[in-house]
Amino acid sequence: MKKIDLVIIGGGPAGMSAAVCAANNGIKDILIIEREEALGGILKQCIHNGFGLHKFKEELTGPEYAWKYEKQIFDLQIPFILETMVIEITEDKIITAVNQTEGYFQIKAKAIILAMGCRERNRGALNIAGTRPSGIFTAGTAQKLVNIKGYLPGKTVVILGSGDIGLIMARRMTLEGAKVKAVCELLPYSGGLTRNIVQCLNDFDIPLLLSHTVTEIHGKDRVSGVSVAKVDKNRKPIPETSQYIACDTVLLSVGLIPENELSKGANIKLDCVTGGAVVNEKRETSVKGIFACGNVLHVHDLVDYVSEEAELAAIGAVNHIKNVQQTKKSAIIIPSNGIRYVVPQIIGLSECTTLYFRVKDCDENVTIRLKDGETVIAERKKRKTTPGEMERIALTKEMLSIIKSAQVTLELAKEDASCERN
Amino acid sequence: MVDIGIIGAGVCGSLIAREFAKYHCSIVVMEKESDVATGSSGANSGIVHAGFDAKEGSFKARFNVKGSKMMKRVTNELGVKYKNNGTLVIGFGNEDRKIIEELYNRGIQNGVESLSVIGREQLIQLEPNSSKDALFALYAPTGGIVSPYGLNIAALGNAMDNGVILKLEYEVVNILKNNNYYSIYSNQGEKVDCRYCINAAGIYSDAIARMIGDDSFHITPKKGEYLLLDKECGTLVSHTVFHTPTEKGKGILVSPTVDGNLLLGPTSMNLDDKENTATTLQGIQKIISESMQDVQNIPQSRVITSFAGLRAAGDTGDFIINMPTRGFVNVAGIESPGLTSAPAIAEYVRDMLFDNGFSAEEKTDFNPFRVPMDWFYGMSLEEKNKVIAKDRSYGKIVCRCERISEGELLYAMCTNPKAHTVDGAKRRTRAGMGRCGGGFCLPRIMELLAVEQKIPFEKVTKCGGESYYNIGRTK
Amino acid sequence: MRKELICIGCPMGCPLVVDFEGKNLIHVSGNTCPGGEKYAKEEISNPKRILTTTVKVENREEMLSVKSSATLPKEKLLNYMKIINGITCKAPIKIGTIIIKNIDNTGVNILATKNC
Repeated sequence: MKKIDLVIIGGGPAGMSAAVCAANNGIKDILIIEREEALGGILKQCIHNGFGLHKFKEELTGPEYAWKYEKQIFDLQIPFILETMVIEITEDKIITAVNQTEGYFQIKAKAIILAMGCRERNRGALNIAGTRPSGIFTAGTAQKLVNIKGYLPGKTVVILGSGDIGLIMARRMTLEGAKVKAVCELLPYSGGLTRNIVQCLNDFDIPLLLSHTVTEIHGKDRVSGVSVAKVDKNRKPIPETSQYIACDTVLLSVGLIPENELSKGANIKLDCVTGGAVVNEKRETSVKGIFACGNVLHVHDLVDYVSEEAELAAIGAVNHIKNVQQTKKSAIIIPSNGIRYVVPQIIGLSECTTLYFRVKDCDENVTIRLKDGETVIAERKKRKTTPGEMERIALTKEMLSIIKSAQVTLELAKEDASCERN
Repeated sequence: MVDIGIIGAGVCGSLIAREFAKYHCSIVVMEKESDVATGSSGANSGIVHAGFDAKEGSFKARFNVKGSKMMKRVTNELGVKYKNNGTLVIGFGNEDRKIIEELYNRGIQNGVESLSVIGREQLIQLEPNSSKDALFALYAPTGGIVSPYGLNIAALGNAMDNGVILKLEYEVVNILKNNNYYSIYSNQGEKVDCRYCINAAGIYSDAIARMIGDDSFHITPKKGEYLLLDKECGTLVSHTVFHTPTEKGKGILVSPTVDGNLLLGPTSMNLDDKENTATTLQGIQKIISESMQDVQNIPQSRVITSFAGLRAAGDTGDFIINMPTRGFVNVAGIESPGLTSAPAIAEYVRDMLFDNGFSAEEKTDFNPFRVPMDWFYGMSLEEKNKVIAKDRSYGKIVCRCERISEGELLYAMCTNPKAHTVDGAKRRTRAGMGRCGGGFCLPRIMELLAVEQKIPFEKVTKCGGESYYNIGRTK
Repeated sequence: MRKELICIGCPMGCPLVVDFEGKNLIHVSGNTCPGGEKYAKEEISNPKRILTTTVKVENREEMLSVKSSATLPKEKLLNYMKIINGITCKAPIKIGTIIIKNIDNTGVNILATKNC
């Protein structure tokens, strides 16, 4: 069996960032295992801009952001294999993979970084009633068909889901000659960046139907239309509001699910809210020596944060390989009042760290507090919060030194109107 | 002129074709749709019923019990997965008790083996997740599960390997009865002349029968909706669990599938429209609420797809297998327990023809065996590597959720009956049946289909007809 | 006149309050950087957008992703798409290569955003 110090599963932005960071920190024996025909992950098909503003201080398109790392991988001569699929990993870090040249083979790693990304929630998981014609795509699959293969999936489109992928595809389909008749959003607010509402919907006069959902798909061989309806406060369709929209294509942008099938096989503990692993500040999972970063850990909005997170995982993996002593004292963070989840879920208390979290609802004028019982460890005021935008709170060494308990809570409190904007 | 023309490539038509392929005679199967197993045979529960439901002495009872006994051998020959997982019909009170005992007695009469009525203690041992309120159950260890479309595809594939000809997209619009033969016309103006004609047209078998002047029965499409859950829930139950039936029918079952998923359904709704296979909100809700009454801990959030099939419900109360006029056999009204009965029906139809003037020599070289469609999937890693060394395409994974390789897809595209649509590739290989619903593998599957059939990418369809995925290149 | 806009200069999406007369900007508030004021000025007089799309490559299955080197007039985006869709480039192409120079006399180039 081949033995490799660091195996990185996934050659997208998370995997590539981790690899470059590990190489720059002294690890030579690395292997990136990527299942597609090229590195870059999902960025290959994200041809729009909006990437890299934090990391590189310039606005890049997806492929350009990917190239920033790909180039470093070539320059640093970091080994990678393509069109290779990992089918199993075990707790003792044995990886089984398959490709056309080697067939099925195994590798024993000292450290593994999971960077497999996520998949899209689809029609089946939503129980959308109706027929099962062709013409129903998840937004990502349509994006691949349009941007990589150069095919137009349809002429008249209804999009369900106003997350960024749905909004971006609304614009993309319109530019390539399709008519997007509406974007339906179940919630009373959009999940995507406000900037995308402007440049993807408003610019093209595409109606955004908030608090609406697709209740039925019609069409025999190919989609012929959808029924949409307004939903009540419990998100249940109100039958009297049902209307028919003729279309030949339905795009679904209804959620991303971290792909943790491999993690389950290695008995890695998963967080049922994020769908990804439970990790500490080094992004180490419940299995020592296995780390996770990027969308496989929790779904990100900005690839810049993915790279940041991947670097944390890489340092963690490097230290594991080099047998650097780990800190003993740590605390578990419990998301409380108004906070949907926090990553990392466990933090060591000796080094400064940043918590990434999402809120449960849209809110204004709030204060987010990390508390040990009644003691406030850290706080941050925000004028506006929304579940669609990941937030951060930085914790200094001094703040962490105040923590006495094994458990702390991260919670959100509403303030009066006179609070400072952050 | 052919000897036998079979209308319908469902599970009955296919097994009948295979049966006759054992003899020196020419056989043509005419199928209206773009692939086999797309009607009722493609969307049902896949249950191999033990045989206690059907009325004593009926065709349903007779063929169910016989078919159930034949299933192990037939699935083995055809390389189709079959599991003898046992059936439970659970009951909650005295009314149920009466019906369970009726079923028990009926089962004994029909010749079902090893049947028993068990109490709660034994029920919990067999199915720890059964409802807290379940008090007793009918236990039929001879019940089983099979892939309904898998059996259909394999039967026709084996029949074709033994000389049967398949005509797809052959919609029969008229049948002329000549002296000693039938002329069967398609909507494209094609014609098949055959000495014997077998009407196995499922939902449309009444329309076909009327073409030769037989309007003695009517087929009502009865819709059944289903929910399929992730393989993670596949071991929630190990038996096929029913609740006590009502006059409306067997009701909603909870069952593992041979592929390891969990299946819930079907509902039951009579329709007028023979083409309505839409799922409904009410249907989906009914499945969830009723199945949760019988089995605990069903994780609703793990549904990966919903679908609906149409039962070809006849109005005579039994299967309609008869010969209304010389050389024409109806195999109609094949609703539950149709799948289980199909192998037995095939033998019965064979005997019917032989008793009515048909004669042919038995072949000495009939090959009943078909290489299992999943011959590669089940191999050890070492065995797989030997295959990959000879054919690299088996080392390229296309469907990530189900781990299906390019080689397996190509195999399905060149093995009888060849897959030429995305749904066809899916039914044969499982590519696209995983939790991502085909999101990742669709583009590559389309590419492979386009290359194999030498058609442009934009001509690839989901299931024939107008079910194109793309309207053309962007530039 | 007063209008509320979202600045799309970067993913921050600052909400702006813009006072203007005709196509003349009077006052902007809500921006957190000078880019916001620049955006507001343009948006009320001559709105512009970055265009990202794909171009056909000869003898290649995959499309080449491209972007405009600067913003282009919003109203004419579909015109520019027509021009871009009419050309085919030849591999190999390096990231950053000018695929179309000075598209429709705007002074803006269309650049390759990947290697192919």
